[in-house]
Amino acid sequence: MNAAVNDLRTFWQRAVRIGRQIIGVPDYENYLAHLRAHHPERALPSYAEFFNERQEARYKGGGGRCC
Amino acid sequence: MDSVAAKIGWLVVAAIGAICLGVIALHRGESINAIWLVAAALSVFTIGYRFYGRMIATQVLKLDPTRATPAQLRNDGLDYVPTDKWIVFGHHFAAIAGAGPLVGPVLAAQMGYLPGTLWILFGVVFAGAVQDFMILGLSLRRDGRSLGHMLRAELGNVAGVICMIGVLVLMMIVLAVLALVVVKALAISPWGTFTVACTIPIAILMGVYLRYLRPGRVLEVSIIGLVLLLLSIWGGGVIAADPLWAPYFTFSASQLAWLVIGYGFFASVLPVWLLLAPRDYLSTFLKIGTIALLAIAILFSAPYLQMPAITQFVDGSGPVFAGNLFPFLFITIACGAVSGWHSIIASGTTPKLLANEREALLVGYGGMLVEAFVAIMALIAATALHPGIYFAMNSPAAAIGADVQSAAAAISQWGFVVTPQDLLDTARNIGETTILSRAGGAPTLAVGMAQLLHNIMPGEGMMAFWYHYAILFEALFILTTVDAGTRVGRFMIQELVGLAVPALQKTESWTGNLIATAFCVAIWGYFLYQGAVDPLGGINTLWPLFGIANQMLAAIALILSCVVVVKLKRERYLWVPAIPACWLVICTLTAGWQKLFDASPKLGFPAAAKKFADAIAENKITAPAKSIAEMQRIVFNNYLDAALTGLFMLLVIAAVFFGVRTMLAARRLSRPSANEEPYIALGASA
Repeated sequence: MNAAVNDLRTFWQRAVRIGRQIIGVPDYENYLAHLRAHHPERALPSYAEFFNERQEARYKGGGGRCC
Repeated sequence: MDSVAAKIGWLVVAAIGAICLGVIALHRGESINAIWLVAAALSVFTIGYRFYGRMIATQVLKLDPTRATPAQLRNDGLDYVPTDKWIVFGHHFAAIAGAGPLVGPVLAAQMGYLPGTLWILFGVVFAGAVQDFMILGLSLRRDGRSLGHMLRAELGNVAGVICMIGVLVLMMIVLAVLALVVVKALAISPWGTFTVACTIPIAILMGVYLRYLRPGRVLEVSIIGLVLLLLSIWGGGVIAADPLWAPYFTFSASQLAWLVIGYGFFASVLPVWLLLAPRDYLSTFLKIGTIALLAIAILFSAPYLQMPAITQFVDGSGPVFAGNLFPFLFITIACGAVSGWHSIIASGTTPKLLANEREALLVGYGGMLVEAFVAIMALIAATALHPGIYFAMNSPAAAIGADVQSAAAAISQWGFVVTPQDLLDTARNIGETTILSRAGGAPTLAVGMAQLLHNIMPGEGMMAFWYHYAILFEALFILTTVDAGTRVGRFMIQELVGLAVPALQKTESWTGNLIATAFCVAIWGYFLYQGAVDPLGGINTLWPLFGIANQMLAAIALILSCVVVVKLKRERYLWVPAIPACWLVICTLTAGWQKLFDASPKLGFPAAAKKFADAIAENKITAPAKSIAEMQRIVFNNYLDAALTGLFMLLVIAAVFFGVRTMLAARRLSRPSANEEPYIALGASA
């Protein structure tokens, strides 16, 4: 029972990550881990700051989509 | 372990594919079930993926699972992030799948279901997926660099500039033709216009919510947006039935063209978080959801294809677009079989996300196969319709007249018997006043989808709901593309013009921004307006231009792949990118040649210009123009389209020249000469 709930949760988390990646928002936790590991001197952004920054970056210049 | 069982399994898949293709190709005179097409597509794609795709991975690109990818080497947590392969797949597919695979197959259905099906199935396996996959593979070995960068590095600066011009012109044509699809779908349709107009306040509401109320909560805001969208479809029905309000949302094609042009300008200078981003989220999720819904509807309703396998219009006399099967079928179905635009995506974000080279096969080759499947579904939706309805919707008024009597008579004469009452009933069922001459693919697909969905979810009045749902779904993501594309076009114009006037290059400056945006909107807006008032319905003129431009870019990307294969001293496999490259060069040049020099005014641009110019000289007004001024504009536009076609042909020829020159030079060298980044083992960098 517990295992099934866990599976469902993993599946859901994966779906959410795919959904976010589709619209160009990378994984926030992953970025925090990266900052902690490689740039411990920098302040960690809040999720809202991170989201806004990525939203701006996505539509700057190239990128784009197909016809 | 790659045992007898596996071999038998693949034999079974091959046999299923062969049987399905046989049924599709040999059944004549009676309609076949769409499931045969689905099964044939699935088996061809599986075999193509397992054998041809894997051969390219191991022999041509020599992908190396031990080699570190750009995402591993430059991991910055933002742009370069090693990501789960299914997540990259989702990202890549969402970026490549647009309106193209939905529109092209619908237009090509005028030749019957067989030519389009065969071109999609074999085109994708040997051309489209090869291009996407190889460009992705090349970019993976070059720090995730873009197509333009790679061309400059491998073929020289001039080739890079050719690519840049080609991409810019292609972009303008894409924006114009997609905007025209929306204009055609919404003309004289208060229901559709109201519903699509509602997406603007809904998106702004979502944007404010995401920015200030619940920052970054994309999922919940998308659900709110979806509910509001469904409400706006219902609201559109109420408005359309109301004699007081309906006129306020009823516009002609030329009025809508101006509205879309104005929208494109304002939307692309607003901050992205306010309108563009939230709409993009909504349209992306809606797109994926609707594609899944369409697949379910086809599987469960298992419709019969009412369109013949091959119609008499393969001879080039068709009302939807002019030109023979060769080369125009291969121009009309671009996205879905092979699309040059994908080479920009495959050398954009995707190579910066892959955690291992091995996964490029799934994402690059597999992603394109799924897009081809979308194209097959669009073809099914269009050919499952009664051909009489199909031709009534897609033929210009010049061919079928402006009322149901003349349309039914003309179409019945072509051999697709339909009564005026059928045409009226279809219009009433979908909640519209007319279905005549709604070329552009979107309305046809919407009627097809509405019938399929109605089959599995019947209900009084539901046809009209599903029709407008489908129109909304297409309009939503096309308008998002118009907005995003205008921004990208603006940056490209600023970059190009900035070479001469450095002050305009500052992308943060409002002056530079507004001037470049206005310039960009003016270019695509001009073509859009021209299409909206075009005597043959616009799509007839613009879609082949778009197809030629898109295939031109694909040819350039495949020529780059050929050059790299030669530079790597893997000439044994040169045929893999060379066959599709040659095919696309032949198709684009032949189509361009016919567009320039064919004597029929239906096909050749200069011939059409001459027809109207001669009439002007005799002071005679030729229908459908209503004044001499209008006729002069038609003459000018046709010469402009001819010039553009000539430009595309020159770009293709130049790319071939630089490609061949580079390959010959590389052959003379005794060692590999491609500009790959050096090998770094996976894990060595961290």
